[in-house]
This record gives sequence, C-alpha cells and structure tokens, in this order.
Amino acid sequence: MMADSGSNEEVAVIGNTDITSTETESNIINTMVERGTALLRKMEINVAEAEKRTGKNTVNMQETYTVYLIETRPAETVPGGGAPAASDTLWRRYSEFELLRTFLLVTYPYIIIPPLPEKRAEFQWHKLAADNLDPDFVERRRVGLENFLLRVASHPVLSNDKIYFLFLTEEKGWREAVLETGFQDKVDSRLKSLSAMFRVKNPDKRFTAMKQYSDELNTVISQLLRVRARVADRLYGVYKVHGNYGRVFSEWSAIEKEMGDGLQSAGHHMDTYAAQIDDILEEEEHYADQLKEYLFYTDAIRSVCKKHELIQYELEMAAQELFSKKQQREELATGTVRVFSLKGMTSKLFGTESQEQRESRLAALEQSIQEGEETLKEKNTECKEFVQMAWEDIERFKEQKDKDLREALISYAIMQISTCKKGIQVWSNAKDCFNKM
Amino acid sequence: MFSINLEMQEVGLTNGTPVETSSPASTSSLFNRLQLEDDLEADVRDTYADSTEMRDLFVTVDDPKKHVSTMETYITYRVSTKTSRVEFDLPEYCVRRRYQDFDWLRIKLEDSQPTHLIPPLPEKFVMKGVVDRFSEEFVETRMKALDKFLKRVADHPVLSFNPHLNAFLTVKDLNKRQGLALLSKVGESVKHVAGGYKLRARPAEFCAMGEYLDTFNQKLGTIDRIAQRILKEQSEYLTELREYGGVYSSWVGSEEELRRPLEGVAGCVTTSCGALEDLGDNMSLDFLPVLREYVLYLESIKNVLRKRDQSQAEYEGRLEAAILRKQEDRTPMPLEVEKCQDKVECFNADLKADWERWQSNKRHDFKQLLTGMADRNINSYEKSQAAWESLITLLQDKQTEDKTSETN
Repeated sequence: MMADSGSNEEVAVIGNTDITSTETESNIINTMVERGTALLRKMEINVAEAEKRTGKNTVNMQETYTVYLIETRPAETVPGGGAPAASDTLWRRYSEFELLRTFLLVTYPYIIIPPLPEKRAEFQWHKLAADNLDPDFVERRRVGLENFLLRVASHPVLSNDKIYFLFLTEEKGWREAVLETGFQDKVDSRLKSLSAMFRVKNPDKRFTAMKQYSDELNTVISQLLRVRARVADRLYGVYKVHGNYGRVFSEWSAIEKEMGDGLQSAGHHMDTYAAQIDDILEEEEHYADQLKEYLFYTDAIRSVCKKHELIQYELEMAAQELFSKKQQREELATGTVRVFSLKGMTSKLFGTESQEQRESRLAALEQSIQEGEETLKEKNTECKEFVQMAWEDIERFKEQKDKDLREALISYAIMQISTCKKGIQVWSNAKDCFNKM
Repeated sequence: MFSINLEMQEVGLTNGTPVETSSPASTSSLFNRLQLEDDLEADVRDTYADSTEMRDLFVTVDDPKKHVSTMETYITYRVSTKTSRVEFDLPEYCVRRRYQDFDWLRIKLEDSQPTHLIPPLPEKFVMKGVVDRFSEEFVETRMKALDKFLKRVADHPVLSFNPHLNAFLTVKDLNKRQGLALLSKVGESVKHVAGGYKLRARPAEFCAMGEYLDTFNQKLGTIDRIAQRILKEQSEYLTELREYGGVYSSWVGSEEELRRPLEGVAGCVTTSCGALEDLGDNMSLDFLPVLREYVLYLESIKNVLRKRDQSQAEYEGRLEAAILRKQEDRTPMPLEVEKCQDKVECFNADLKADWERWQSNKRHDFKQLLTGMADRNINSYEKSQAAWESLITLLQDKQTEDKTSETN
C-alpha cells in the first residue's frame, strides 16, 4: 500500500510537472508576444538553408527565385522545457522579408529598423560573381537574412510584434495578415506628406546632428567599400601572379640537377600561395557585409529623422494655424485690420457686417480656436512621445553600432593576422626548399 | 694550388705577346691541363665551402662620384684591392675607374683569354631615355653590378692572374690605346674563322650546354617578367591600400567610441604599406639586377661556345685538308693542324671548367636570390602581423578596462 501510494504520488507529481511545463510554455509564448521580454531568450531562430525554385510569377512568366528556410524552436534554456522541443520550419522568399521590413518601417516610425542584406551584390571586386543566384551570394544573403531576423528578435520593441511572430511561425496566411493591418494606407499618406516640401522652423538639434552623422557614415562606409573592392582586386593580382612562379620553377627544375628538387617543391608552395587568396578574400567578404549592414542602417536612421521632421512640421503648422486664428479673433473683436486682406477689403467696400453676423463669426472662430488648441496639444504630445521613443532607440542603436563595429574591426584585424601567418607559413616552406638547392 | 701555378705560367706567356699565342699550344702544358681537370672540378664544387681560405685577392667597387667637365659628365667608382699575391707590388691599391674602363678591361680579358668565360658587365645603356643615368638608383645598381663583375673576375683561377686586371686594379691612368688596336685584330680573326668551315659534330656535352642555355634563358625571361609584373601589381596595390587607410582616418572624425579602433586600423594599414614598400624597393634593387646579370651571362657563355665551335671547325677543316694531302703525298701531319687540335682541346677544357664553375656560382646565386625573396616576403608579413597584433592587444585591453569600470 505504502509503496503503491508512493508511486501514485510520484506519477501525479510527474503528471503535474508535465502540465505546468506545457502551461509555462504557452505562457511564455503569450508573454513573449504581449509583454515582450527579449524573444531570443525563449526561442531560437535561424535561417537554416536556401533553395532555388522555379515558378510562374504574377504575369505568368517563368522565374527562378530563392527561398530561405526559417527554423524556430523553443530555446533549451526554458525552465522545465523537458525534452528538446521540435523545431518549426517554413520557407520565405526575399520579397516576403521585404514586406515584413516595410511593415515594421511604417508601424514603428520612431525605431531604426534593421536593414535587409543587399538585394543585388554591390561593391564587388571583379572575381566575385554578380549573379543573384550565385551560391556564394545566396549563402551570404542567407547569413544576412538570419542576422536581420535576430536583430528584430533582440530589439526591445520590435521583438513583440505580432506580425513578426507570425512571419516566423505561420507559413500560410501571413501576407494576408500583414495587408489586413492596413499599413499600406499609412505608407501612402506618409509618402505624400514626405514628398511635400516642408521646412521645419525649429529643428531639434539632436536629430539634425543624427541626420548629419548618418550622412557622414553613409559617405565614409560607401567610400571604404569602394576602395576595399579595388584593394581586393589588386591583392588578388599580387597573389595570382606569384602562381606563375609555380609553373616556371617546375619547368626550370627539369633542366637542373642539384637544384631540381628544391625548385620543384618550391614551385608547389608558390601554387599554394596563389590559391590562398581565394579563401582570404572570401573571408573578407564577411567583413564587407558587416560594413554594408551599417551602410544600409544609415537609411533607417534617416527615415527616423525624417519622420521626426514631419511631426515637428505638423506641430509647427498647427501652432501657426492657431496663432493666425487668434489673430483673426482679435481683429474681429477690435475691428482693426493689421494685415491687408481680402476680407478687410470686402468689409470696406460693402460696409460693416451686422452685429449678429459678427457674433456668430466670432463664436465659430472661438470654436475652431478651441479645436486648434486641442490639436496643438495632441501634436505636442505626439511630438514629445516620438522624440522620447526615437531618442531611446537612437541611444540603443548607437551602443549597438559601437559594439558591432568595434567587434568587426577586431575580427578584421584577426583576419589580417591570419593572412600574414598564412603568408609567412608558405614563404617559410618555400625558403626551406630554396635552401636545399 | 697546382692549377694556379700553371695558370701563372700561362699568364707569363700571354704577357705582351699577341692574342693568337695566348692559349698554351704546347702539348705538355695541355697534358697537364687535362690531368688537372678532375681536381679542378672538385675545387670548383667546393668553391663556396672554403673559398675564403683560398682567396688571396679581394676587390671592391664602391663610392660613386660624379664628374662634371665641359666635355662630358660621368661617374667614377672607387676600386679597392687587397692582396697577398706576389704579382702585386703593394698589398693594397685604390684607384678610381669609370664605366668605360671596366669595358676596356672586359674587352682585354676577352681578347687575351678567348677560351674562358668572361663575366658580363652591366649594359652600357639601360632603357635609353627612360632612366636617368645619373640618378642615385641607377648609379647604385650599376655600381653593384660592376662590383659583382670585378669580384667574379678576381675569384677566377685564371682570369684573376691576367695582367690587364693587374693594370686595371693598380695603375693610376690606364693606357687604353694598346687595347683598342688589339681589339680590331681579334675582330678580324674571329670573322675570318666564322666564314670558314661548317662544324661536323659538336661533342654531346657542348650540345647539352647549348640546349641548357636556351631553356634557362627562356625561364630567366619568364621569371623576370613575373617579378616585374609582381612589382607592378604590388605598387598598384600599395596605391589603393594607402587610400584605404586614409578612409579609416577620415572616419575617425565622425565617431566617439570608435576613435581608437579606427585610428588603430588606419595605423596598421600604414605600417603594412611601409612594409610592402620596402619589399618592392628591395626586390627591384636586389632581385631584378641578378636576373639581368644572368641574362647577360648567358650571352657571354653563348659567345664562348660559338668561339669554341669555330675553333673546332677550323681544326676539322685543316685536318680534312691534311688528310687529303696525306693520301696524295704521304707527308706527316703538319704542325699547324696539331696546333689547331691543341687549341680545340684547350677550349674544351677551359670551357668545361668555366662551365662547372659557372653552374656552381649560379646554384649559389639563385639559392641566395630565392631565399632572399622568401625572407623579404616573410619579413614584410611579420611587420604587418606585429602591427595588427598590437592593435588587438590594445583594443582588448580597452575592452576589459571598460568592463571593469562598468562593474565598478
């Protein structure tokens, strides 16, 4: 009996834990979406592979495109997670990533939205294929897309986005869900207002500085990438020309007696040297991608700054409108015309209006002034909130940028050291051969 | 040692006598010479093992000086000699010579020692119009080549005893008139022989030499082209790399936290540029001239080979004529034919010895040249590696520093 009850209890306990664990798990997902502690702590995200597909596009034309496999699984560190949870996988096209990003851009105008990897290879040195379906390019883009997803997932605000979550977890119906949010209307109105020429009277100096910084960063990184591509081209040449030594040493060794063996094997080392450059530059491409991410980030910064300008402009417009209404009220009340106006002219030409008319006009004006005050208040709050949220994200971004670029520079230095070591190794080997001659 | 004595004897014969008799014609001396051949070869093989012990004549060409007169502008070089040989009155000499004096010496050597391989002089004009003859770089390169030439002559067991060398090293003012007269004479005789007979059969070893020279010449040409191309690629790379470093420097201005890493990277790129520039300078100053010297050397060897063929042709021609005559009137082989035969034998022996010596020198020189190339590349990589490594240390120190300050 004792033993039985004991075992029963145990079973119960086990059953209990099981329930709690599933509960916690579903809770986790809920909290994740609702309260949004960093998504990454709860979920592993990766873009596992890329695949080439052929299909018909909207205008019924045959096209080849690449799809990327997104793999998500609950993180193993989740307490009480039990057996490793099965991973969820789904395929997405680059264009779907683009749609997701546009959605985020419109929905979170105060956030510097992480950029996507380049659509077409830019800043290439000549040996790299510019073909979009080139395996190396696809692979680098896979890494870039994964990086994008991880950036969003680790963002304090973006990681809570429902659409983003669906992007990761719901293969079907996602596009419809995005379109249902009606974000496209916002895009249109935004574009319209952005295209209108506007000048802000009292720009926020911090945002002006940020905008200037993003311009500088854009200039310097694109220059860096351009020069780097040329440097890579030249370095490629230097290494590859050394490969000719490999051939000529080997041919020369055929007519030599004592020197022959040394020359022959030194020639092999020269071949090795020439071959090294392919790996070196392939590795360096990763560094270029890191820089490119920040080059594209500059657009995201600019878009936040522009949005701020727009809001500031709307605020200023509201204030001005209110001011002119107040002025009208004053004119109406005192009967003085400060500025030459058509109204003033008509009143002069057709005599003054009746007292009643004046009263009702005044009342209407009063009403619209009150509305104006409201709008101004709203705009003021909107602007303040925007500035606060945007600046918070800018600060976060700055920190992230300093950390990332610092690490990129360090890893670049490590890469250079490895290049030097490889060079020293192969020349030392060659030297041993020369010494045997 | 015996070989040196023999050569001295030969030089004694040559002294003041016309070129035609300069090579020993007597059968006895020839016999000795052939006897010695094996020993000589052994000596040559070990030239670099104990060369300093054997050497008793040291020459250096240095200290170029520019001379400007109303007539011409030219460069002279200091030629210093240290020796324990009895042929020299003093143990040390120091004279100034210009390029045409070296040229005179070489012609003299070629005339008086036609069976020997005379080291090449640098070309009189290197890329006409492109190179400034009085530029520091040109003078330096030429000086090194002249030094090499004179050292090779001074190290040669036969040539180093040539009285013209003695005069070149010791006499204040060279009397070059005599030399010029001799030159025209030799020119005639060479022409005369060249127009003569066709060679019956070249001995296999000289055929092999000719083939070797052709292939080696081709390979040298390729190596020279590769080396020049590498220099060009490297200098273009350097130009781009400099600009690349500059971009990092210009970035520093827009950053706060990233100043140090960016400045660091810019610094490392500059260091790498410096290392690369040194590499290029060294290669163009030390590597290319050696290739150049060997291209010219090959010409000299081909020349001697040609002369050898001519002397064989002459011998064969005369022999044929003599045999014909002998069949008719049974007269003994004329002395003339025997002389010719001696001359051919002498040519063959000298050329073989010089060939062995040259091969050994070549092996040593290219070993040194290529090892040097490897060393320079290693050195260049090491410099830039050190720079990058110190940057990493700096940045990682900074990081831990920051972390500790954060926790504090």
